[in-house]
Amino acid sequence: MESKKSPTTKRATGSKQASRRKFLATGAAAAALGAVQTTAVPAAGQTAAPETKSLSDLIAYGDRSEYVKSVRVAVDERPSPDEFGLTFHVLTPLQDSVGIITPSSLHFIGTHRGSIVPDIDPKQHRLLIHGMVDRPLEFSMDDLRRFPAVSRVHFIECLGNHSKAKDKTVQETHGLTSCSEWTGVLLSTLLKECGVQKGASWVVSEGAEEVKGAGSIRLAKAMDDCIAAYGQNGEAVRPQQGFPLRLVVPGFEGIYNTKWLRRIKVVDRYYMTYNDYGHISKDEEVAALTFQWGPKSVITFPSGGQTLPGPGVYQLTGLAWSGGGAVRRVEVSTDGGETWKDAEIRGGVHPKAHTRFGMDWKWDGRECVVVSRSTDELGQVQPSRAELAAFFKVPPDYYKTHGVQGSDNTIQPWRVESDGSVHNAI
Amino acid sequence: MRFRVALTAMILCLCCGGLAAAQSSTDGTYGVGKTPTPEEIRAADITISPDGKNLPPGKGTAKAGAAIFAQKCAACHGENGYGGLAPILIKPEPPVKSSTPCLAPCIGPGSVMPLHAPYATVIWDYINRAMPFRQEGSLEPDEVYALTAFLLYKNGVIKEDEVLDQTTLPEVKMPNRDGYAIPDWKPGMPRPFPNKRKG
Ligand code: HEC
Repeated sequence: MESKKSPTTKRATGSKQASRRKFLATGAAAAALGAVQTTAVPAAGQTAAPETKSLSDLIAYGDRSEYVKSVRVAVDERPSPDEFGLTFHVLTPLQDSVGIITPSSLHFIGTHRGSIVPDIDPKQHRLLIHGMVDRPLEFSMDDLRRFPAVSRVHFIECLGNHSKAKDKTVQETHGLTSCSEWTGVLLSTLLKECGVQKGASWVVSEGAEEVKGAGSIRLAKAMDDCIAAYGQNGEAVRPQQGFPLRLVVPGFEGIYNTKWLRRIKVVDRYYMTYNDYGHISKDEEVAALTFQWGPKSVITFPSGGQTLPGPGVYQLTGLAWSGGGAVRRVEVSTDGGETWKDAEIRGGVHPKAHTRFGMDWKWDGRECVVVSRSTDELGQVQPSRAELAAFFKVPPDYYKTHGVQGSDNTIQPWRVESDGSVHNAI
Repeated sequence: MRFRVALTAMILCLCCGGLAAAQSSTDGTYGVGKTPTPEEIRAADITISPDGKNLPPGKGTAKAGAAIFAQKCAACHGENGYGGLAPILIKPEPPVKSSTPCLAPCIGPGSVMPLHAPYATVIWDYINRAMPFRQEGSLEPDEVYALTAFLLYKNGVIKEDEVLDQTTLPEVKMPNRDGYAIPDWKPGMPRPFPNKRKG
């Protein structure tokens, strides 16, 4: 971040040559740009850009505006990177999100205990598929591009995405979910190419990072809708997201979406690897709430830490998603769940993807609690914490002080106070 | 002219043939990818089955493991398997809070890997693939058996003189062996809550 603000002499020199070449090549248009760039003429009502940007910087790979400050933050329980250089859990700034796609550079990061992003040359990278298959095969990245590609919008959400009473913002309560358009080959296409043998029931995938993180999914899921993805939001998957190849397991917990995917072994039983066993439970009902995410939603405006300047009309908006399929309905309540109203779905609706909802909302300046609730195509309805407490037979306010078992898809309340400040109301 | 038309037709035909072949190969495959040799698969395959399948020959005891641990692991995990910067490997008495806080489900005191893992093979597999951190893959199978034996002994799971090898390692009865309910899953399956309630 900082180095971008103060270009080094070396970089400036290099880009000067580049800009000269561009100048000669594209003539007048470039000349106009060049003038802006060197003299930094402020437009009316604006201040001069604080730095000089070279033409090549402007052209090669676009930066966002200097005025846009939205950034990820590490979960406060552990530094990222830590003493070992491990990146652990890093949260997406959902409060600033618009639409349904998370910018790749703001996609959350999560690994079991942390990992160091490996530096992988895609020319050297291979995916090996073996085990209970008729034809074990090794694919280069070029090989993978010779199979038909799919591009699908899917969220990935970490099991650790638990909202806690102490969390202040929606980034802290829900920042371990993100949504991208993933491009790649269906895992089923690759498995069919290898010929899965009778008796096979699970697949174990493995990454190329230092701990070679391995995770297991049922063969039924592997053959359903998983993607060996090399593309994310129109470009190569980002290194922090698994460059050059990651497994996308739509609707399932993040841990199964193996990054830096290098090997898939087809096997005859659940291997319960290091990554797996911490994610399942002794209690059958808790266990049943793992693997596939339930219907979930959260209001991103107004949300914790934001302030409404005064009474009047606002756009109440948020995101809804479900591991069970497409979002069918989002309801919003501005009286803490007493009365509900359907919100509009604003934008594309994709199965197992973030879905944007919104509605006109007139705030009268009085204290209120806003909540949202989603229903998916399987008819599953997002539960409140009190409903979950009734299900697990614990006191109604149990989850004010205790974490939710399994994956947390409970309703998130935000309290808007009369001074316009917004707070977590768990 | 005539010749050129014929040639073009021939080229077109060849192209069609190629396309048709890719889409209609009788077994539905694309014929893409390289067939690895059995040696290449063996070298890459570090995945160990809970029943011991794919464990390499070798053996080790806690005694041998203690020396290796002091030399290759203690710097990060602490002399006694706790108190270092890296995760706790040996449950301290009385329990102390993990030096590496984590999100739920947290592997804190009492649920260190050699107590928490469902199978002893999982510990073997993890040490073999991932440790010592930044020098992964440098341990010999005998060392991995010995280190697994050491961690299991120190956590009270096996006796000090038990020999772990291809046969005995999968037979270790882990304390948390039955501590897992494995959820069923089929495409289009809803979660049980709030749609279905037990009892
Ligand atoms: C350079 C520091 C370092 C050394 C040396 C080291 N480890 Fe680790 N170990 C770590 C870190 C860091 C982790 C957590 C990494 C992760 O899970 O991504 C870890 C995790 C583990 C775990 C998993 C613990 C859990 O509950 O998640 C085991 C088991 C383990 N190490 C065993 C060993 C053994 C046996 C040795 C000696 C051969 C060893 N380690 C040497 C740093 C080290």
